[in-house]
Amino acid sequence: MDKSELKVNAIKDGTVIDHIPAQDLFKVVKILKLESVENQVTFGTNLDSKKLGKKAIIKISDRFFEDSEIDKIALLAPNANLNIIKNYEVAEKRTVELPEKIKGICKCMNPKCITNAEPMPTKFTVVSKTPPALKCDYCGKVTDQEHFVII
Amino acid sequence: MERKSLISITDFSTEEIVRILEIANELENNPQPHLLDGKVVATLFFEPSTRTRLSFESAINRMGGRVIGFSDPNISSVSKGETLKDTIRIVSNYCDLIVMRHPLEGSSRYASEVATVPVINAGDGANQHPTQTLLDMYSIKKTQGRLDNINIFMVGDLKYGRTVHSLVQAMSPFNPTFNFISHPKLRMPQEYLDFLDEKKVKYYQHEQFTDIISEADIIYMTRVQRERFQDLMEYEKTKDLYILHNSMLETTKPTMKILHPLPRVNEISQDVDPNPKAYYFEQALNGVFARQAVISYVLGLKK
Repeated sequence: MDKSELKVNAIKDGTVIDHIPAQDLFKVVKILKLESVENQVTFGTNLDSKKLGKKAIIKISDRFFEDSEIDKIALLAPNANLNIIKNYEVAEKRTVELPEKIKGICKCMNPKCITNAEPMPTKFTVVSKTPPALKCDYCGKVTDQEHFVII
Repeated sequence: MERKSLISITDFSTEEIVRILEIANELENNPQPHLLDGKVVATLFFEPSTRTRLSFESAINRMGGRVIGFSDPNISSVSKGETLKDTIRIVSNYCDLIVMRHPLEGSSRYASEVATVPVINAGDGANQHPTQTLLDMYSIKKTQGRLDNINIFMVGDLKYGRTVHSLVQAMSPFNPTFNFISHPKLRMPQEYLDFLDEKKVKYYQHEQFTDIISEADIIYMTRVQRERFQDLMEYEKTKDLYILHNSMLETTKPTMKILHPLPRVNEISQDVDPNPKAYYFEQALNGVFARQAVISYVLGLKK
């Protein structure tokens, strides 16, 4: 653990998500639906980071994520990494990787796309991982990182 | 009953496309006025397109099917604010097949997900119009006797014209040569040039007509819309460069045919019409056979 992580309390069991760009913390919270969980969650933001300048960190007690769930945050935080904590020890480390398909989460940037007119979830195929770019399964237009709008 | 929708030309494999063109040929030579007996087809036109609608309805009627639907969304429940999903779910109950046109891109794909009957896309905004591509290919096959090794010239608005984009994709397995003639601002988009590079298809880009059109098997004309130019002076200066006149056809191959998805404005001069190389009106008739083929294929009546 680096020093900045120690600025927020250690957890006994759970998941630590580190290296989230500070400005995207609350979007990541939204993607993971952390606003409605009952678990203890600790957030730290605007922590110094050599890689990101300012980073954010999330610690969730007694919660372990499915890969498919956590990979969604790669859209915003491609450098994020996960520490799976068991009894105060890091039991496993992993990085996030964009899945092949993204459902919901992001809006299609094409104003003439049906997904922006109907009450329906968006669906994308990931056509580029770095930088992330999403091709809409409906209208075929590509939404790039610059135009990501999280639903 | 097989349930397969046609939303994008890429939904069908090359083998399926070839088969559909064969079915079109069968239905042209041996009309089957009872093939759709007892079937009801809904034509849902969320934006008007009289030409496409009449072509579909003619195709259905000539095979004995019944048509229900609307041609103007203002008189339907759509104007009351019903979602597309609800409209499609309801209409699915009333028919065996939905043919739909909609101004929003991706609407047909979504409709095919919520419908319980097959859906044929008759145009979803600037996105896809696959039966146009099939009738273009049928016209090429019929006039040239083959799909392979065709030299296709595409002229006009290659940037926004969805028909040329789909045709480029669908013809690429047949070793074509493409010549693109357009104003620099209306060039074939890079993604399609990349696609052709990847498929190792030969293509050449030109800014105006030259005597190179003597090599053409097909000249595919498209309409250049004034609103594509921000600078109207530029439009006025360039628009005449992309007009096909009868005098330009002298050196072209005797078997060469001129296609156009229609409607035409002035990009094909009226003096071309009597020339046997002008094929755009017959092309529209081919649309009826191509649509008959697609309808009977997606309903599983022809395999």
